[in-house]
Amino acid sequence: MRTNRRPSITTLTYVLLAVALIAVIVPFVWMILGSFKSEGELRRVPPTLLPQNGTLDNYTELLARMNFTQYFANSAIVAVAVTAGNLLFCSMLGYALAMLEFRGKKLMFTLVMGTLMIPGVVTFVPLFILVANIGLIDSLPGLILPFLVSPFGVFLMRQFISSLPRELLDAGRVDGAGELSIFGRIILPLLGPALATLGILTFLGSWNNFLWPLVVAQTESHYTLPVALALYSTGQNAAQYGLMLAGASIVVLPVLIVFIVFQRRFIEGIASTGIK
Amino acid sequence: MTATTVTASRRRTPRFRLREGGAAWVLALPFSLLFLLFTAWPVIQSLYMSFTDTKDSDLRSPFSVNVIGLDNYRRALTDETFLHSARNTAYFVLVGVPLTLGIALAAAIALDKGVTRLRGFFRLGFYTPVITSIVAVAVVWRFLLKADGGLINTALGWVGLHGPNWLGDQHWAMPSLIMMAVWRNFGTAMIIFLAGLQSVPWNLHEAASIDGASTWQRFRHITLPLLRPTILFVSVTTAIGYLQFFEEPFVMTNGGPLDSTLSMSMYTYKQFNFGDYGFAASMSYLIFIVIAVVTALQFRLLQDNT
Repeated sequence: MRTNRRPSITTLTYVLLAVALIAVIVPFVWMILGSFKSEGELRRVPPTLLPQNGTLDNYTELLARMNFTQYFANSAIVAVAVTAGNLLFCSMLGYALAMLEFRGKKLMFTLVMGTLMIPGVVTFVPLFILVANIGLIDSLPGLILPFLVSPFGVFLMRQFISSLPRELLDAGRVDGAGELSIFGRIILPLLGPALATLGILTFLGSWNNFLWPLVVAQTESHYTLPVALALYSTGQNAAQYGLMLAGASIVVLPVLIVFIVFQRRFIEGIASTGIK
Repeated sequence: MTATTVTASRRRTPRFRLREGGAAWVLALPFSLLFLLFTAWPVIQSLYMSFTDTKDSDLRSPFSVNVIGLDNYRRALTDETFLHSARNTAYFVLVGVPLTLGIALAAAIALDKGVTRLRGFFRLGFYTPVITSIVAVAVVWRFLLKADGGLINTALGWVGLHGPNWLGDQHWAMPSLIMMAVWRNFGTAMIIFLAGLQSVPWNLHEAASIDGASTWQRFRHITLPLLRPTILFVSVTTAIGYLQFFEEPFVMTNGGPLDSTLSMSMYTYKQFNFGDYGFAASMSYLIFIVIAVVTALQFRLLQDNT
């Protein structure tokens, strides 16, 4: 009885997982298939599964109407700058908090961690006023500067650096290395996995960030991809399913590719935020 | 051995302390400046603003702002729409969080114990919605949820059910958004649960099954207690996220129909858009208080050992 039950339970688990997977993936499949269908076909009831007469019209029309290269470049510049800032500044402070003794260390740690729980909506208005006052509304620096450092990044780096042996520090000091070059030459090269995790998380967060760029980027030349798609899909074009599905595919596909390439490192990073 | 004691004693000398402290501050400086300017200052500014009648027209003349004490808070707590948005948020959190955690835990257990092959493949698939832009997701989901010819209602039709007009019906709009939020968020929780499950020692299970414990008993008395810290972490972070829920109604329904999906964050944002900055700031602090209370409550409930 026992030997009979085991394989059937395993089979059942596979079937359930497969059904769940299909349910989770269907929106993406539907989006990509839909982007190759004509407007008429998209309105058919009941809907068709595969495109009857596959067409690239949605893409060509979208690219002709909108300046996608510009939005793409804006998204990329903002995401790269934000990621670079977070990697550098968060690992610097993370190292100081994990390994060094200094006045105000406790206070700084409490302050930074305390803001992790503060909802984004609290800072939204004053941040907008501040950025407006320094004249950065409708500019790429206005999209970058407020996100250049994050408490979460410090938390992640501090956790990781705490697990490194302190002897590294003493060894460096005995060799006469300065405090800053210990960080740059000894510690930084060991941070690969943590930097990769923080880097991917920050990059994706920035790429998908939506509300702030929507409010700050006011002319087309500063739109990021999600902003362009959001404005486009809620205006008079809301009923043009084909164009919108093509636009959604253009926004999603680069991220999907990055994710599939780096998925192992990425998933390990997410997991590590939870158990430490 | 001797080398470590030598360095250890050298580290305590004042000169080393000073150098170490100086270096630490150099390393902390860039973060601190950016943090003070773009996070700490707005947090304080927002608190101050919540006690004033700041409007968007006051930005050019900061001296016309009056301190009005707790008036904004009083106004928020008697504002029928704000209270309605608080009820909507509670609905979203109370249904959404358990659903997200339950599905994530079921998926994690199935992947951890139920199958040996294709684990990475399933994990990848379940996690995909997390990484995609909410704007793109909204476009696709609006298309899936169409009343006529939408994929979901078509599928319901196959089994003889007549699907509702999901986003257009004030009773079905919120369940639609919850469905979408669970779809978009359970992947993160699942990954963290998986890591937690893998740290449960195997020999405990072995010992228990030799003693004749059933699968359910082992889950209830070994896995679940050892998973408690992980469950606490996931439920706290999920609840904090869901209490602020904003993007889903913003891109899908704009709070409608008839304010049935208007969340606290969304209402606050709308007041900001109307230029009622002081009022918006007071509501944002009320959301913060709710988050702090709910977090503390979860710590009390989940940290006890029974």
